[in-house]
Amino acid sequence: MALPRDTAAEGFVASRVALNVGEILEPTPAALLRRRVFGHAGLLIGSGVLVFIVMVALTAPWLAPHDPLDQDLARKLIPPIWHDSAKATWTHPLGTDGFGRDYLSRLIYGARISLLIGVAAMVISGIIGTTLGVAAGYFGGRVDMAVNFIITSRLSLPVVLVALAVVSLVGNSLWIVICVLGLLIWDRFAVVMRSSTQQVRNLDYVAAAQALGCSKARIIVAEILPNVANNLIVVATLEMAHAILLEAALSFLGLGVQPPQPSWGLMVAEGKGYMFFDPWLVGIPGMALFALVLAINLMGDGVRDVTAPERRN
Amino acid sequence: MLIYACKRLGVAVLVAVAVSLLTFSLIYLSGDPAMALAGEAATQQDIEYIRKFYGYDRPLAVQYADWLTKALTGNFGYSHYLRQDVADIIFSRLPVTMLLGACALVFALTLSIPLGVLAAMRPNTMVDRFALTLAVVGQALPSFWFALIMIFWFGIVWRLLPITGTESWVNFIMPSVALGYYVTPAVMRLTRTGMLEVLASDYIRTARAKGLRPPVVLFKHALRNAIIPVVSLAAVQFGFMLGGSIVIETIFAINGLGYLAWESIQRGDLPVMQAIVLILACFYIVLTYLADMLNAFLDPRIRVA
Repeated sequence: MALPRDTAAEGFVASRVALNVGEILEPTPAALLRRRVFGHAGLLIGSGVLVFIVMVALTAPWLAPHDPLDQDLARKLIPPIWHDSAKATWTHPLGTDGFGRDYLSRLIYGARISLLIGVAAMVISGIIGTTLGVAAGYFGGRVDMAVNFIITSRLSLPVVLVALAVVSLVGNSLWIVICVLGLLIWDRFAVVMRSSTQQVRNLDYVAAAQALGCSKARIIVAEILPNVANNLIVVATLEMAHAILLEAALSFLGLGVQPPQPSWGLMVAEGKGYMFFDPWLVGIPGMALFALVLAINLMGDGVRDVTAPERRN
Repeated sequence: MLIYACKRLGVAVLVAVAVSLLTFSLIYLSGDPAMALAGEAATQQDIEYIRKFYGYDRPLAVQYADWLTKALTGNFGYSHYLRQDVADIIFSRLPVTMLLGACALVFALTLSIPLGVLAAMRPNTMVDRFALTLAVVGQALPSFWFALIMIFWFGIVWRLLPITGTESWVNFIMPSVALGYYVTPAVMRLTRTGMLEVLASDYIRTARAKGLRPPVVLFKHALRNAIIPVVSLAAVQFGFMLGGSIVIETIFAINGLGYLAWESIQRGDLPVMQAIVLILACFYIVLTYLADMLNAFLDPRIRVA
């Protein structure tokens, strides 16, 4: 009688061992994802820098040592502390601009404007582009032709020129700049969402949902959108970076964010006049802009690599 | 091929019409154009007179048709600010911008295509990583800031290059680099992925097995096929660069179309603005059409679709 019990026990132990071995050999998808995320230097650096800039922007009122709009002509053009100059002082670590405004404080508040414009323009263009792209990809036929036509028309308009013209005609405020950019840069959303939807819509689970009698709206929201979300996130980061660069260019040309607001593009434009003797006035805001856009792009590329490793290039 | 060409031409014309409608509507974006022209001190009578004189009292469709037929015959109206025909102003500025765009494109292609080929030949090596890093950095660099940095080092500190003007070819070096580098990441990536794909294909293996010399395989067999999509991308990017030259021309004080656009926007010179937007858009439409035709000619599979 003892024998079968023993084999049963052995079998039990053996199956436990097998289970453990199986666990070691085949990690769960979540663990694989985590491994890819923490093995991707670009993604880690990019999101690290981005989180830092977002934190700085959120806590700007507490971080900034001075009021970014406070002018003091007696203290103008103080160089940053790393300069070999008697004027450099820790009261203004990054110095002051031509109006005597604290450069560090303006830089910190400038992060708010860049991020606000990037996120808001990205949301507006994302809504327009995703709607058009998913509709074209899902319905095909005439809808697809119409959307393609709209995309081609939009692509043939020179973005910077039209944005400048519209802002100059309508008048400029932060929200007008955001809306103009949002209405102009949805093309990549539409193109990518259209092709991803085309890939997904003929798969079995969409057919299954159709067979179950789901409405078109439900299929699009519950079956298609979650499965194109990865691509959506990648395009969203790219377009956010694009919007930030465009705002900086518009502000640089004098038709974006208006003085005395501390936009980084505007700071470069204001520093341009002092570039011969105080090049850091141009260098510092430009570096900030570069770091922010680079971080967003690195994160976007990282998300693409991690969620779809086979499409890396 | 002919059917495909006609179909594509029809779409291109429709797109041009749509763009012209949008451009036309710029007049009404700022409100009443007659009031804007008359200025602030004008009486109601003056405004009425101007509205009648310029035909702003007619139905919108008639105004649009009138504007479009005139534009098609090369009459873009009259610049009230410069007291000159818009067409004359634009065609005197166009060659400089074209030259700048062409220089920028040449710079971009000579940098990105060899780099893309090298990266594809040795994937996952130092060369490849260097090329990809350059692409990532290039995409994040604000063009106006990059231009200013170049002006500072090459123009002011080292005094190697002139910082403004268009007198000789030396003046075009910095503007071309500033305008062209933004295109390099896209072209380089496309060359690289195209080459990787082609190099892994069967006919390359066959060519190698036949004992052809590696350069022949690389350039005659591989690059020829990988370069097809790059050609159409380059055409499209050329169109984008003409639109983006507004920033670069303003910085380097190059008296081209972009600078003219910026000046017109500053002083609210609407006819000039409209004409520039329309011309650049049409240029882009023509370029993409030609690129599509070239692609269809080189790759017969496209013609059927």
